[in-house]
Amino acid sequence: MPRTVPKMSASSPTQKIRVVVAKPGLDGHDRGAKIIARALRDAGMEVIYTGLHQTPEQIVETVVQEDADAVGLSILSGAHMTLVPKIVEMLREQGIDDVVVTVGGTIPADDIPQLKELGVAAVFTPGAPTQEIIDFLISAVGDRAPR
Amino acid sequence: MEQIPTGDESRTEAWREAFEATPERDVPFTTLSGTPVEPLYTEDDLTADSAEQIGLPGQYPFTRGVYPSMYRGRLWTMRQFAGFGSAEETNERFHYLLDHGQTGLSTAFDMPSLMGHDSDSPLSLGEVGREGVAVDTVEDMTTLYKGIDLGEVSVSMTINAPAAIMLAYYVVAAEREGVPPQQLAGTIQADILKEYIAQKEWCFPIDPAMRIMGDMIEWCSQEMPRWHPVSISGYHIREAGSTAAQELAFTLKDGLTYVEQAVERGLDVDDFAPRLSFFFNAQIDFFEEIAKYRAARRIWARELKETFGAKNPKSWLMRFHTQTAGVSLTAQQPLNNVVRTAIEALAGVLGGTQSLHTNSYDEALALPTEDAVRLALRTQQIIADETGAASTIDPLGGSYFVEALTDKIEAEAYEYFKKIDELGGMVASVKANYPQREIADASYELQREIDSGRRVVVGVNAYVEGDDAQTSLHRSDPEMERGQVDRLNAVRAGRDAGAVEASLVKLREAAAQERANLMPLLLDCTRTDASEGEIVQALQDVFGSYTESPVF
Repeated sequence: MPRTVPKMSASSPTQKIRVVVAKPGLDGHDRGAKIIARALRDAGMEVIYTGLHQTPEQIVETVVQEDADAVGLSILSGAHMTLVPKIVEMLREQGIDDVVVTVGGTIPADDIPQLKELGVAAVFTPGAPTQEIIDFLISAVGDRAPR
Repeated sequence: MEQIPTGDESRTEAWREAFEATPERDVPFTTLSGTPVEPLYTEDDLTADSAEQIGLPGQYPFTRGVYPSMYRGRLWTMRQFAGFGSAEETNERFHYLLDHGQTGLSTAFDMPSLMGHDSDSPLSLGEVGREGVAVDTVEDMTTLYKGIDLGEVSVSMTINAPAAIMLAYYVVAAEREGVPPQQLAGTIQADILKEYIAQKEWCFPIDPAMRIMGDMIEWCSQEMPRWHPVSISGYHIREAGSTAAQELAFTLKDGLTYVEQAVERGLDVDDFAPRLSFFFNAQIDFFEEIAKYRAARRIWARELKETFGAKNPKSWLMRFHTQTAGVSLTAQQPLNNVVRTAIEALAGVLGGTQSLHTNSYDEALALPTEDAVRLALRTQQIIADETGAASTIDPLGGSYFVEALTDKIEAEAYEYFKKIDELGGMVASVKANYPQREIADASYELQREIDSGRRVVVGVNAYVEGDDAQTSLHRSDPEMERGQVDRLNAVRAGRDAGAVEASLVKLREAAAQERANLMPLLLDCTRTDASEGEIVQALQDVFGSYTESPVF
């Protein structure tokens, strides 16, 4: 089988990007989250996967403790309009405004503008190539104000 | 195994020469699971004992089907899985489906119900009634099947970790309608091992979860002669990214583990094995899927007869439900999903399924709309009544390719059985994350094939233009969650709190004794109107809960 290891782009930062991949809520569909976690890891990022059934509190705590550059929220239960605002708000309450927040899963197109208004940097729906997600994170994390 | 000489090797040679003179297309000639596929299969691919291994429908080893008449006698049951919002809304959808020619009911529960949380738990926020129906108490169960004769209809319930509780709710709901458990027909999924392997909805650690399941199977074998107390499910294993052979091997091994446990409890294998049933995925690789179902029947028959010494031929039958692959649906160009689902459904039918759920084309976007559900049901009706696929039994039996694939998948499953046995059996393997890791690896490989463009997914990595179809989506009612919490509070206000507490105390005591069967106690808790969350909490007080160490 041909192996196509996802590659960092030429402008890779020397410091490893730290990403929390999180599964908020109760749904157990972790195929996507695990594929993304592994693809990001293979692309040279430091990946922390929270495991399943995380509360917003637990996710925010992980982001803080791990000093993450980005957090990817994987939701396939339809609860994204409840869970994502909560997580974004709690991050803000903690004074965290430089973490790139992305969402992946079965997100109806109509909900995407609202999520972006809340401060979600990107929404990836089923079929998004992993390289697109990798490229996005590299550029979004690189574009942030220096910490 | 010895090969049959064709006596016509020169003809085969001539074909090969002519074939090799033409360059092949540059695509991977492998199944969706990565198995290489030869350009041609011939008599040479059959084995010396092929006639015996293929056999006849209704005869051991059942490769060609579990019944002698198959669809000539009776079509498969068209069973669309439904559940959303409140019990009342789902009840309306049930009546709609029955009115449109559906022949069985299948219930989807919401995430809080699957995880044992009440609708007013902080953990349930945003999830109540989203992916299935919210059921908190026996009241909700009663509403769910209102106006449906429970003594007549066959009901399927897709719930696992709290299955024993939901079964207790169903039995008590029927009891209140005057229908005794002996008359209830249906299936509850209750396949707990695949939760830890793939679906990941759990309440308790593995060992007590296995015990609760065993208690339920034992109770059903005595009290519910028309009930299938477990539906051993590969569906979720496949959805999590396994190959066809992994789906087959892990599922059958889960089933064999349940048989082992019941026999250890002193049950006679022939007392319960006839009521075990299975649930498989129908993915898009048509022939591989058909081979999978045929191999599954043969392995199950052999294991039950040879390994467990089952004497009743009904114990040897692997009867199964099929659902088309949710994971094969794409959010892009969603109408393409109608085509995918039709092909997958046909694979299930040609594989000899006993019942079938066809997915709706809009399910990669949201819960299905009523129109999309009707189209999915119509897909089954077209296969049944227009295509002729149901006119003859096992139409692909004897196909060199299908028989060779069936043998191949069977051999791969036995390889997995061997590895699992070396790890100390399925429970030990699951605790060691073995099947979880195999599935994660397979799903990652497939994703890389798709990302690289080597494996084409139409509308996703090829032929991407024209994704402009506007699809109207099912929207959940935002008021639903509050309404459900109000109903739960009304039940709590109207019950005898002392009786609830007393029943939960007894449940805890019984849980602490290894030999007690918990089923009668769950029925008593239900009769006091205890909520699902309260019952699960009482059991967790004794058993604890479960946290996964994920592998990826």
